[in-house]
Amino acid sequence: MFRYTIKRILLMLMTLLIITYMCFVLVRMLPPAELPPNDPHKVIIELRREAAGYNKPYMIQFGIYLRDIFTEFDWGVSDVGRYFGQEVAGIFVSKLPATMIVNLYSILISIPIGIILGIVAALKKNSWLDHAISTLTMVCISVPSFVYAFVIQYFISYKLGWLPFLMNAGTNYFTWSMFVSMIPPIISLSMGVIAGFTRTTRAELTEVLTSEFMLLARTKGLTRAQATVRHAMKNCMVVVLPSIFGQFIGIMSGSLIIERIFAIPGVGSLYLDSINGRDYPMFMMLTVFYTAVGLVASIVVDISYGFIDPRIRMGSRK
Amino acid sequence: MQNNNMEFEHIPQEKFEFAQFDAKIHDKKFDTKTRSFFADALLRFKKNKSSVIAAYILLFLILYTIIAPAISPYEIADKDPMYINSPPFVQSIAEKGWGILDGGVVMDSQNDAQVNFWKGIGVETGYDPIIDILGSTETTVKIRGKETVVKSYALEVNKYYSIGVMYKTLSYDEFADIQRFQNETGIQVIFPYVEPDAIKGITDNANIWYEVKDNKGTAKLDDNGNFVPVYSTNKEIEGAEYNSIRVPGDDGSYIYSIRKSGAVSCRISYYNYYQYLNGTEPFYIFGTNSLGQDLFNAIGIGARFSLLFALFVSAINLSIGAVYGAIQGYYGGTIDLVLDRIADVLSGVPFTVVTILFQLHLAQKVGTAGSFLFAFVLTGWIGMSGLTRKQFYRFKSQEFVFAARTLGASDKRLMFKHIFPNALGTIITSCALTIPSVISSETSLTYLGIINLSEVAGTTVGTLMSQGQTSMTTSPHAMFFPAIYFSLLMISFNLFGNGLRDAFNPSTRGVED
Repeated sequence: MFRYTIKRILLMLMTLLIITYMCFVLVRMLPPAELPPNDPHKVIIELRREAAGYNKPYMIQFGIYLRDIFTEFDWGVSDVGRYFGQEVAGIFVSKLPATMIVNLYSILISIPIGIILGIVAALKKNSWLDHAISTLTMVCISVPSFVYAFVIQYFISYKLGWLPFLMNAGTNYFTWSMFVSMIPPIISLSMGVIAGFTRTTRAELTEVLTSEFMLLARTKGLTRAQATVRHAMKNCMVVVLPSIFGQFIGIMSGSLIIERIFAIPGVGSLYLDSINGRDYPMFMMLTVFYTAVGLVASIVVDISYGFIDPRIRMGSRK
Repeated sequence: MQNNNMEFEHIPQEKFEFAQFDAKIHDKKFDTKTRSFFADALLRFKKNKSSVIAAYILLFLILYTIIAPAISPYEIADKDPMYINSPPFVQSIAEKGWGILDGGVVMDSQNDAQVNFWKGIGVETGYDPIIDILGSTETTVKIRGKETVVKSYALEVNKYYSIGVMYKTLSYDEFADIQRFQNETGIQVIFPYVEPDAIKGITDNANIWYEVKDNKGTAKLDDNGNFVPVYSTNKEIEGAEYNSIRVPGDDGSYIYSIRKSGAVSCRISYYNYYQYLNGTEPFYIFGTNSLGQDLFNAIGIGARFSLLFALFVSAINLSIGAVYGAIQGYYGGTIDLVLDRIADVLSGVPFTVVTILFQLHLAQKVGTAGSFLFAFVLTGWIGMSGLTRKQFYRFKSQEFVFAARTLGASDKRLMFKHIFPNALGTIITSCALTIPSVISSETSLTYLGIINLSEVAGTTVGTLMSQGQTSMTTSPHAMFFPAIYFSLLMISFNLFGNGLRDAFNPSTRGVED
């Protein structure tokens, strides 16, 4: 298991490096952002670009880029737009909390609701309740988050006036009014996640409930509830837990759409700004970030299977 | 020994005879009908009620993309500058008073002066903007020490009629042409001119044609509560001859236009001018969006593009994925490992990043849609190749493959004639689930404005929704209709795909639950 983990991590780092290099070259191939005419910082910026290795081969530029990251955590300086001249890494770190908090709330709500709905559906399989839950799950998975956002904003925020339209500005994340203003994005984000958990739990649990060891457990004299909790749930969790871990890693990446609609000052909106404003250093850093989050989430899921259920040693001996 | 063999080979044909030519065959014939793989899948698919319903809804939504642009009197390029974000309206249904398709918007806290203003429009143009008075409240306000009762109303106002009359500068030819149109159809477009001096110097509101108390346009009614017209009779400033329909009460002295540097300026009723321009009355089943496009048509056009695009992308991805996965699964070993690494690296790149980089690099060369297509193709085939690979691993060591190999079938033949057909069910299912995911990504990216396909496609559902989102509170229909269409499309596609997956999945065969 240990060797497998190390192998996966090394492979992941290699993949990350290759992707970063590809994106880096593609970004550096583009003409750098033009400076406004008569800009007083022109000299400094050109010197900085010279130091970053523009005009040198891409391999050397990439080397400089990596060296700066590893020695000083220097991801470059924003080229254009709102954060002109500021350290990219600093801005990124300042944006991270908003995204993480909103997503964390959303997951904390989604996990229990999703799993409970899934258990109910599986236990009452083929009853009207199961059909209702399954249909609803299908609908929730299919409908995109911005439709929920619209429904919530229009009916709850505008027609009823119960919740604010946008998230409050500022960084006091733990006040009550801030929490209230976070509810709309949290709900919009949660719908899909809840549906995902419900579906996984239901599918897994129905399968486990029909397996032979459940029959054995009942034959031994366990009640249905005992058998379900002690035997079925544990086995069902083998699949559900890794996806929870995956979701937890994913909270950092946030959602571009939801962050834009509800004006959440998070990583997603930063990314959108950098795309629209052609802010390449920012874009590059966030690309690396998103790639890394995706890769880490996927290996955490894979490895946690092995830790949770020792029978599954994926890829350890192929 | 060899001699014997030779002899067997040369037995003359007539010496052969049927062993059991007249004997009764005791083997029973099958009295069941044979059923092909696909017929079997179809049978199981039909058992799944929700998927069948989804399939019909899907069919309807696809037909919509063909029929809606054909029914709608508008093209996607038709953008009306005045009827922007206007709610659904069809005149023939609106006049029945059912409360639907009447172009109504609710306006709160309208005072008496405003109600009179709407009435004024109705009296002059014949199109009364007030559909219904939903309620009124009375508040007592102290003005200069005197207690006055101020009434305020909640009105439902027809957004199309409420534009009423506007100033328009026309060339002499156009002015004459509108008169010809008026004479032919009896629809009055041009209304008598009102001099600003007569209405306390108001120049920015063409809808005031009556005597007013102040420069805010508060109407001064006569004893019977009627408006007092103040149309101009000043022949000196008249712009062009007017020989057409005149308003009631006109003895031929009212002027209908004034001179304005080589052209004429006049007051036109926009609703009727619209009929003059388009030949029809406004016919917006779903209303209009923020560009003044017909939503009914725009959704059809946008969705048609999305569907075709997704179909195209899926076809390419499935072909690449199938071949890639086939090679991986069939050869295995080092080739599998290397190809797997490549797929791994590609699948690690977030899709948004791919789209943006392709957009930045390729959009100038191959166009927005082209670069978008490449972005989808770059990573889209990976899921498919994984599926095919799994199927190949499953089938490649089975007896029928060995048999075919023993008979001398080439690798290519083995892969595509013997193993591949067995994986077809999986591939069809995956296709049915790939299309909605492509549509969904495309819509999200156009919604965010990262990709703008409007030039290629006319519009897309994502673009329509992002336009609707901006004016969500005032005209929710602009978001509502595209959102409903898109949600239905996604739900029915996914249900349909799930039904297919269950139907093609051999492990559910015979399981009746």
